[in-house]
Amino acid sequence: MSEVPLAVAMRGIVKRFPGVLANDHVDFELRAGEVHALLGENGAGKSTLMSVLSGLYKPEAGAIVVRGRPVNFNSPRDAIAAGLGMIHQHFMLVESQSVTENILLGLDQPRFVMRLAEYDRRIAELGDRFGLSVSPTSKIWQLSVGEQQRVEILKMLYRGVQVLIMDEPTAVLAPQEIDGLFTTLRAMVAEGKSIVFISHKLNEVMAIADRVTVLRQGKVTAAGLPTSQTSIPELAKLMVGRTVLFDLHKKPQPPGAVVLELERVSAINNKGQACLHNFSLQVRAGEIVGIAGVAGNGQSELAEVITGLRRATSGRILLHGADSTQASVRAVIAQGVSHVPEDRTHVGSAPNLSITDNIIMKQYRAAPVAQGWSLNRLAARQRAELLKDEYRILAPTVQTAARTLSGGNLQRVILARELSAKPRLLIAMQPTRGLDVGAIEGVQRLLLAQREAGAAILLVSEELEEIFALSDRIVVIYEGEVAGEVTTHDTDAIGLLMMGGGRSQTQPAPPAQPAA
Amino acid sequence: MDLLIILQAGVATGTVLLFATIGEIFCERAGVLNLGVEGMMLIGAMSAFSFTLASGNGWLGLLAGMLVAGALALLHGVVTIHFQADQVVSGLALTFLGVGLSLVFGEGLSKAGAEALRQAVGGGFAPWARLTVPLLSLIPILGRVFFTEQSVMVYIGYLMVPVTWYYINRTRPGLHLRAVGDNPTAADSMGINVYRLRYLYVIVGGMLAGLAGGTISLVASPGWFSELTTSGQGWIAVGLVIFAQWDPWRAAFGAYAFGTLRRLILDIQGPATLFGLTNPFFINSYLGFFLSMLPYAFTILVLVIGSRAALRKRLGAPAALGTPYVRGERGN
Amino acid sequence: MATPTTTAAPRRRRFPYRLQVEPRLTVPRWLSPVVSFGALIVALVLGAIILELVGADWAQAYGHIAKAAFGDIGVFSDTLVKATPLILTGLACTVAFQMKLWNIGAEGQYVMGALGAAVVVLAPVLPPETPRFIQIPVMVVFGVVFGALWGAVPGLLKAKLKVNEIITSLMMNYIAIELVNYFVFAVWSEGGFQQSATFPKTSWLPRLTDYAKDLPILRGLTTHFGLILALLAAGLVWLILYRSLWGYEIRLIGDNPRAAEYAGLNITRNTILVMMLSGALAGLAGMSEITGTLHRLQTGLGAGYGFSGVIVAWLAKLNPLVVIPVSVLFGGLILAGREIQPSGVPRLIQGIILFMLIASEVLLRYQVRLVRVAALEAGRA
Repeated sequence: MSEVPLAVAMRGIVKRFPGVLANDHVDFELRAGEVHALLGENGAGKSTLMSVLSGLYKPEAGAIVVRGRPVNFNSPRDAIAAGLGMIHQHFMLVESQSVTENILLGLDQPRFVMRLAEYDRRIAELGDRFGLSVSPTSKIWQLSVGEQQRVEILKMLYRGVQVLIMDEPTAVLAPQEIDGLFTTLRAMVAEGKSIVFISHKLNEVMAIADRVTVLRQGKVTAAGLPTSQTSIPELAKLMVGRTVLFDLHKKPQPPGAVVLELERVSAINNKGQACLHNFSLQVRAGEIVGIAGVAGNGQSELAEVITGLRRATSGRILLHGADSTQASVRAVIAQGVSHVPEDRTHVGSAPNLSITDNIIMKQYRAAPVAQGWSLNRLAARQRAELLKDEYRILAPTVQTAARTLSGGNLQRVILARELSAKPRLLIAMQPTRGLDVGAIEGVQRLLLAQREAGAAILLVSEELEEIFALSDRIVVIYEGEVAGEVTTHDTDAIGLLMMGGGRSQTQPAPPAQPAA
Repeated sequence: MDLLIILQAGVATGTVLLFATIGEIFCERAGVLNLGVEGMMLIGAMSAFSFTLASGNGWLGLLAGMLVAGALALLHGVVTIHFQADQVVSGLALTFLGVGLSLVFGEGLSKAGAEALRQAVGGGFAPWARLTVPLLSLIPILGRVFFTEQSVMVYIGYLMVPVTWYYINRTRPGLHLRAVGDNPTAADSMGINVYRLRYLYVIVGGMLAGLAGGTISLVASPGWFSELTTSGQGWIAVGLVIFAQWDPWRAAFGAYAFGTLRRLILDIQGPATLFGLTNPFFINSYLGFFLSMLPYAFTILVLVIGSRAALRKRLGAPAALGTPYVRGERGN
Repeated sequence: MATPTTTAAPRRRRFPYRLQVEPRLTVPRWLSPVVSFGALIVALVLGAIILELVGADWAQAYGHIAKAAFGDIGVFSDTLVKATPLILTGLACTVAFQMKLWNIGAEGQYVMGALGAAVVVLAPVLPPETPRFIQIPVMVVFGVVFGALWGAVPGLLKAKLKVNEIITSLMMNYIAIELVNYFVFAVWSEGGFQQSATFPKTSWLPRLTDYAKDLPILRGLTTHFGLILALLAAGLVWLILYRSLWGYEIRLIGDNPRAAEYAGLNITRNTILVMMLSGALAGLAGMSEITGTLHRLQTGLGAGYGFSGVIVAWLAKLNPLVVIPVSVLFGGLILAGREIQPSGVPRLIQGIILFMLIASEVLLRYQVRLVRVAALEAGRA
């Protein structure tokens, strides 16, 4: 075996956060010219480990060696100078500035005065070389999510990084875009660069990576395993620690009456652009309608329009047959609509208030919590304790503040609140995002239970697997319109619709007669 | 009531607001809200005045005012940037602190401002020296208003506006400034030292507020009149930043407009007739109280305009304004 | 390139521990008052230093303050008189701040409340012979309504147009002062002086000293009924915030407006209502002061009670009941402040206190720990 110096070697990395040991003496080796996947559940410590490597965090212990030389990074700048760049899940782009300005951010050139035309040209050339085309003068907020990712990659390439770390890059891409990304990665590897690909998606890891390192709860369970020598079930077991069953028991059941109907609804988003256009949809009792689509195509606004958080500019929304297009949020809630929001911390909960206060958030006006004008704290507390047991929320007491809860537990609080209201319509937005496999299973079972209880459910998820597993019908959204409805689990067909091509069915299927 | 004289005086008075507003624009562009402008202006005014009297040099006095106000701003910086305290309350505390310190240390300063200054400094080139620009002052109307018999500070103000605009929008340090205010995480990930830049611009904001205060006590209304020295102009400056949508040119427009308003309020009470009709303010001098309300009412109006503009345009305030930056916050 | 061998120990003897700052997960209940108290002490020390620098006698100044708060009954009574409006403005700020509405206009709302009460007497809305038990409630109503309306303006602007309430409420302060000036000088001036006629006795709030005939020890004690109103208001605000549905809404909106909106709360309505409540409390403070102590409309009404209310609320950590003892403390400070030269000292000390309070809050968010340094030397591969 020839002594090829490792591109990166990390030894004994320990990283602690208050209350949690994120990396527990982790070793990691990256060879030059390879795509190395870092696999693990949410919360396993993958992002943390790479944040340490990219200079964002300082480890409590451990050493990092880059191309044979020991390094000590104090900031991301040091890491970039050593040729290591990280692209985070949440892009680090300044929305109000142009592509070129974002790429030039933090560099010493241009010295003082900025004449950007020259740089625009250079960046366009760089983009062409690697198959990442994007207009250098556009402002970031004008770009799609996929294009923004290209800007992030260009940022790193412009700085000549040799090791590119990508954190869950495919979360925001349609299947065809993922292929494009893989092509770009292979082009980079061909030039001798190394890629670290952080993911929790087993099939993608098998598709693109040369080797895999698996983390579980902060420890390494498999190091540098070549993908040719392993399989998806084996990786799943390494990831989770037990055999994982990929089977939820979903009983077929005929759908009931129409609970939610959208008739050619249009809306505009915060940027003043049209985000929904003539969107029509029906959801019936006892069925789950899954909305598939790349992030940023109007899903968020769709949920907001249905729940009353955003005004539709035209069209009608009907709940139980009654017009609720102009209804307030409170009126919609009173109609038996529950909403599990995308953003747990900034929208779904009040961080400094107690679990009890969070649980009663939508029900505080009803007895027994409300007594005339006053709040019956005992009743509120009792309800919270009840739900804490029922939904297995792990917390010291119901008086603890919501911000101390882990992601999974916070989601349990939100689900407890939304589901205990026995909704007739449930809007579930990315309900399993950021949760570990155990929690994901739990949430999915709860959704199916609601379905069996006769609730109409609208599910929006970025995980196609989840949409396939749970939905009775799948509607694809693209640029705020119904791109089509599919009944088969044909990834290619759905992927095409998500990209805006091949609109086979623009009208949803005619409503089936409800069961007698 | 000569309109040109009012405009001319308005430009002079407005220069004070201009300095303070531009200072706050720098500070807020970096993402830090500093509501203590009133306190910093006041202490800048007091320090400039007393130091000029002590040293006999107006420019040193101005510098002293800037440094003292900058030091006060530094306190705000430490508390909000390093200690991550709430920026609103810290700014309020800064106002109380600045006002309190100026009152205590300014006790006993002479009120006979212009006289005292002349005695201390004598002749020579001082901030209050009046200049007339040779060719430009001959332009009809504009020349009379902008380039005739204005103090040095006014001309400094003229220069400050384009320089500020150019710096923020067309230079690399300006790019970094904007990044720090819009997305400090992104700036940090690219190696920009967010903390250092925020400190820098907080201090710059403070120094400009001190400059504004010094301009009041040395040039505009020479002397020390306790809180009446600033009488709310620091707050008006904060409001003007919103009206200006963080742009120096709009800030200049707003500042000069306000200056003109203040002068107008003074002059309108004088003449017996106003455009041929009897002047109600002349007849009933008590109506002057309502005139005094105008600058404050106008500030509210200006805020409403600014807020509506911000609602209409998608991009308004620097996105990270008012939130402390913590590197490595888990789960954000 | 020579690499250090792993067996060679570092030459320098390193202290094996270092200080590490990290965020706190839970805040022990005792920590908050201890930190506040510490901040108070530090602030007083700093104040003493500054007084030294200016050449004032800090021992004498602080001695005055101590006597004012804890001295004999007569001085304590005067302290309570000063504390009464502070409690109410402190409550006004507490209510607003709980919803993250930065009402800095308590000063103007206070002035308008005083104006409202004065209108009853001076307009006159009620003839001077009207018995006390009618006049006083009417004055309370006027004071509260005037203050509430004054507070509603920044509330409306914020609710409907998203206009920053700090600046609008502050501007309303200046406008209120000029408005009152107008009334004092132009409308109700007594003999051309900067004040109105003294109010008739039937409009005075009852004071302890009024009962001196029955209880001679009460002679000279000017504590008045406004204190009762203030204490009742504190209880009421506490009930509202912590036992009522409305209070739950206020606290939820204050903690996370987006979540409140998602939960169906009406933020617009609450913004206006809370600003009105805040203004009403400050207006009550003005009414209480003008009918309990001043007994006339005059310039310079404000006297900074509105601004001090901000500091009182913050020091009380937005707890309506704690506002009471804090106001007494500050009342002593203000009372003693009259004797201290230079005149800006009480304001300065208040500013330092608020500043130290804010700075000290970092100790509640972070903790410093001694951490054993593991072998984090570069080169150990």
